[in-house]
Amino acid sequence: MNIKKIWEFLIGSFRLTLKGNWAYHSWMAFLAVLMVSGGFAYWRQFTEGLIVTNMRDQVSWAFYIGNFTFLVGVAAAAVLLVIPAYVYNWKPIREIAIFGELLAISAIVMCLLFVTVDIGQPSRALELLPFIGSLNVPSSLLGWDVLVLNGYLVLNAMIVGHFLYKAYFKKPYNKNFVVPLLLFSIPAAISIHTVTAFVYNGMAARPFWNASILAPRFIASALCSGPAIMLILFQILRKTTHIRIRKEAISKIAELMAYAMFLNLFLFGVEIFKEYYSNTSHLVHTKYLYTGLHGHTALVPFAWISLIFSVVAFMLFLVPKTRMNMVTLNLGCILIYAGVYIEKGLALVIPGMTPDTLGEIYEYIPTWIEIRVGAGIFAIGFMVFTLLCKVAIPLLHDTLADPVAPGA
Amino acid sequence: MKTTDDRPKIDRRSFLAGGTAAMGAIAAGVTGASAGFIEDLLHKNFKEISPDRMQRIVREMEQEYTEKYGKNVTVSTKGAQQGVLFGYGLDLSRCIGCRRCVYGCVNENNQSRDPQIHWIRVLEMDKSKGINLEESNPYYNPETVPEEDSFYMPVACQQCRNAPCIKVCPVEATWQEADGIVVVDYDHCIGCRCCMSACPYGARHFNWAEPELAAESVNPDMHYLGNRPRPNGVVEKCTFCIQRVRNGKYPACVEICPVGARKFGNLLDEADEMRVLMRKKRVFVLKEDLNTQPKFYYFYAT
Repeated sequence: MNIKKIWEFLIGSFRLTLKGNWAYHSWMAFLAVLMVSGGFAYWRQFTEGLIVTNMRDQVSWAFYIGNFTFLVGVAAAAVLLVIPAYVYNWKPIREIAIFGELLAISAIVMCLLFVTVDIGQPSRALELLPFIGSLNVPSSLLGWDVLVLNGYLVLNAMIVGHFLYKAYFKKPYNKNFVVPLLLFSIPAAISIHTVTAFVYNGMAARPFWNASILAPRFIASALCSGPAIMLILFQILRKTTHIRIRKEAISKIAELMAYAMFLNLFLFGVEIFKEYYSNTSHLVHTKYLYTGLHGHTALVPFAWISLIFSVVAFMLFLVPKTRMNMVTLNLGCILIYAGVYIEKGLALVIPGMTPDTLGEIYEYIPTWIEIRVGAGIFAIGFMVFTLLCKVAIPLLHDTLADPVAPGA
Repeated sequence: MKTTDDRPKIDRRSFLAGGTAAMGAIAAGVTGASAGFIEDLLHKNFKEISPDRMQRIVREMEQEYTEKYGKNVTVSTKGAQQGVLFGYGLDLSRCIGCRRCVYGCVNENNQSRDPQIHWIRVLEMDKSKGINLEESNPYYNPETVPEEDSFYMPVACQQCRNAPCIKVCPVEATWQEADGIVVVDYDHCIGCRCCMSACPYGARHFNWAEPELAAESVNPDMHYLGNRPRPNGVVEKCTFCIQRVRNGKYPACVEICPVGARKFGNLLDEADEMRVLMRKKRVFVLKEDLNTQPKFYYFYAT
């Protein structure tokens, strides 16, 4: 590996991203439009302050941090593909596990952007770097989160980079280099979501978050939403490219998701029981979410939609017939994805802060600026994923299109 | 009573400081530039800035504010006194809910007038329900106070010994001083608002926009860790009026209270007003179950 070859690889990869049909170019143009719109919205926020959001002292974290939390889950769920693929050496999944890694990279990029747009002094973000800045570890969980998220990004970038680099020069990948990294990425994926859950969990001031079940619920819901988006992406890739994705791989992932969905609903039920049966003053947050409080009901419809979607998706994944049927499978994927998005994006952060610590109810709904910034970040994430796929698919064509994987 | 200490410094920091000094010396040798330039790049927080550099920063600050507000502004960096741990008392039976403390605090501490930032929130409570935060109302607005069926509970930073806001800060921008005051370095805070999530008392406030502070209403007696003007995008909070109490004065809210509901003193001094009152009255702290160990005590009755 030398500089000249790396340069050649980068230029070659860049060339690959330029080629494409009209669908590819219009998709990229669409993402670019969202990014520009988000960029303008962020510029307003940057110059005028976070006052252009609807966050206030009462609800001081909201849409941005909710999206961040959801996307950490998506990133962590790459693990679901990696575990069976490499630990059990199960070929049909291993062939496509690389896409889990690509998705993880894209999701982490979005996570870091959502945190960046949420902070009041983004120019001081370098303070979060270890050694150079003044990162407050081990005491601050957000400090830990910054470490593990960046670590996870580097880890996945190294794995993917190695695969693609070797494939570019038509050489087999170095097993001794990649396999330990892949195995390490499994606990790393669990840890990014656990640490993110601990950011909330550790706050005794917020009883809605201060429940030990929070981290397990984070993991369970991530194992639903991450693979759901993977399954949908696989089918898009199957239609738009030549890569082979075996039906048995999809079925296996769907089966694993059914277990995760059961666990997700079970843990939810456990928490609901505890809250309503003990009926302490801490119940107000759950009540605000599901029934509204003193006429404030902004989140109630979302909370119920999320629950209904999650239950229906579980039914569709539980019954083998609907799990095997591509139409109902896709429907289930969309429902669980939407369900978890609402649960993590809206129904975790906002009710945790409503009512606030002194009992005031400030009803938060995001502003258009927040939504545009959020859409812009999602567009960046999708673009990163599209570009990575654009490079990876032709390079790994032999691996992906051929039933026998080389280098195994 | 447990005494509080400044948080221990991490060795890495002093190691880095040494490295910075060496780098600075090299830079000065090579370019003839001052060593301060390197230090400027690595935003150190208040506790780690060298005395020389601190002097320079404060001079620049005073100059800037004096020009901006047309008043002779002084910015103090006066530290904690030995043997002092500040404590606060609030007599619920005396408070009439007039909110003079709220605005006295705003005038003293140079809070933004638009959007308004209040470090003190006075909660109106129903006598028949007792202390119940969920049923309280911070926006009461009758013709006259107090109202017959209500009592009033002002809440500000409780200056916890075991402050949850400090440990969650990802960049060490907030800490407890040796005299127990929890402070924020406005030049170090990144505005992530973790501390606001962690605070059980709603005591931390964020500058959602560029704070508006008219020149004629500026209080020119400032402290680096207290009432100097804040930038947009950082968190601020009550400092017991650090600029006053470290010079032997009462906090502004204690001085302005028309009914003597507010008390202040040194918890380490047996003969101090606060300790005498705590022996005589019945005290409680807010949300004692969270083990935050506030130094802000409420008195049930006179």
